[in-house]
Amino acid sequence: MAVQTNDMTNSAKRKIVVAVTALNAIDSPGPGVAVIRAIRECADFDVRIIGLSYESLEPGIYMHDIVDKTYQIPYPSSGTDSLMGRLLHIHEKEHIDLIIPNFDAELFSFIKLRDKLKKIGIHTFLPDLAQFEARDKIKLSEFGQKHGLLVPADNIILQVKELENAVDELGFPLVIKGKFYDAVVVNTLEQAKKAFYQIQAKWGLPIIVQEFIKGTEINIAILGDGKGNAISIIPMRKLYITDKGKAWAGITIEDNNFIELAQQFITTTKWRGGCELEVMLTADGKSYILEVNPRFPAWIYLSAAAGQNQPATLVKMALGQHIEPFTDYEVGKIFVRYAWDLITDVAEFQKISGTGEL
Amino acid sequence: MKLKKNIATSLEGFIFNPSTGDSFSTNPTGMDILVLLKEEKTHPEIIEAICSKYEIDQILFERDFDDFISQLKDYRILDL
Repeated sequence: MAVQTNDMTNSAKRKIVVAVTALNAIDSPGPGVAVIRAIRECADFDVRIIGLSYESLEPGIYMHDIVDKTYQIPYPSSGTDSLMGRLLHIHEKEHIDLIIPNFDAELFSFIKLRDKLKKIGIHTFLPDLAQFEARDKIKLSEFGQKHGLLVPADNIILQVKELENAVDELGFPLVIKGKFYDAVVVNTLEQAKKAFYQIQAKWGLPIIVQEFIKGTEINIAILGDGKGNAISIIPMRKLYITDKGKAWAGITIEDNNFIELAQQFITTTKWRGGCELEVMLTADGKSYILEVNPRFPAWIYLSAAAGQNQPATLVKMALGQHIEPFTDYEVGKIFVRYAWDLITDVAEFQKISGTGEL
Repeated sequence: MKLKKNIATSLEGFIFNPSTGDSFSTNPTGMDILVLLKEEKTHPEIIEAICSKYEIDQILFERDFDDFISQLKDYRILDL
């Protein structure tokens, strides 16, 4: 269990305001709602949750028992000045203590704004820019070599004609991946070309052509303190996978190899904040890191259910508490995701769409 | 061959491997075998115990027993 050596408050629960992004609890969900659920479950603070949304139909906006108030924020493509302006406006009203961004694509902006936010009293708990960029999908091979971690061979390409060389080098099957999201397994050059164009249209260039590793998919949710210590490590085996490759059900497992792999990752990178290692365990027992996601995964509530509440622990660390690493978690805890038709009224939709607040 | 120490079993025949997250179910005879494996009985002792309990032909049972053990190996439930 975590040991708290610097109590935030000695008597009453501390009241805090936490802003959270990625309220898109859809079929390929963002982690926001799970992060909030875990934070709300922690008895150590009295929390007000501010949702930060990009689109008007992110389900979390309408989940009033989860999110107290939502504000729309500008897309990352609008630049950091635009984002900072909006955050200043929200902060004047809400007095935010902490922001937890949960989208890959927005993290760059929040990392860039970290110092400015700190100056106005908003904490974050994020990796630094070098850490964030080093684990980028397009640098995974370099990252693996540098830190002595096993990763699949890959080719980073900018033109479709480069696919042939990649095929010669890596053979079939191959995985064609976008720089932010999406991955397609292909078995022929024609399929590879089709996947290239589809992913290019959606996410742009470059395209990652990666060696296909056959095995069992394991994901590891990790919380690092930024000093080389892994505060929490929860390995999860996917039990049910959607057509988008997302876990719809999963189970916590006990395997020291994954704990050691996560510790090695944290020790060498000195990662600060939440992250997720996507690992493929081969039949001969090798663990390949397929991706390093620089934020909590959508299944992060399982960490709280298993006894290591990573989002709540991140809140404590961000607000200055010293936390000792967790040592135990419950093995065999299962999550099964479900879909639920949330009913709202057009007035609410109109309010968030028209005023950017709900 | 022994059952791995961390393998969880229930009387209903549910088997859970916490290292891999795999779970299986077996019938009462399979469960009897798993209990005996947990008690670190040798294969001849298990065969004798099952044949005696269910009054079945030993030669016929040995074939089924080998198949069952082979499945347990495939499922990484046994310490090899």
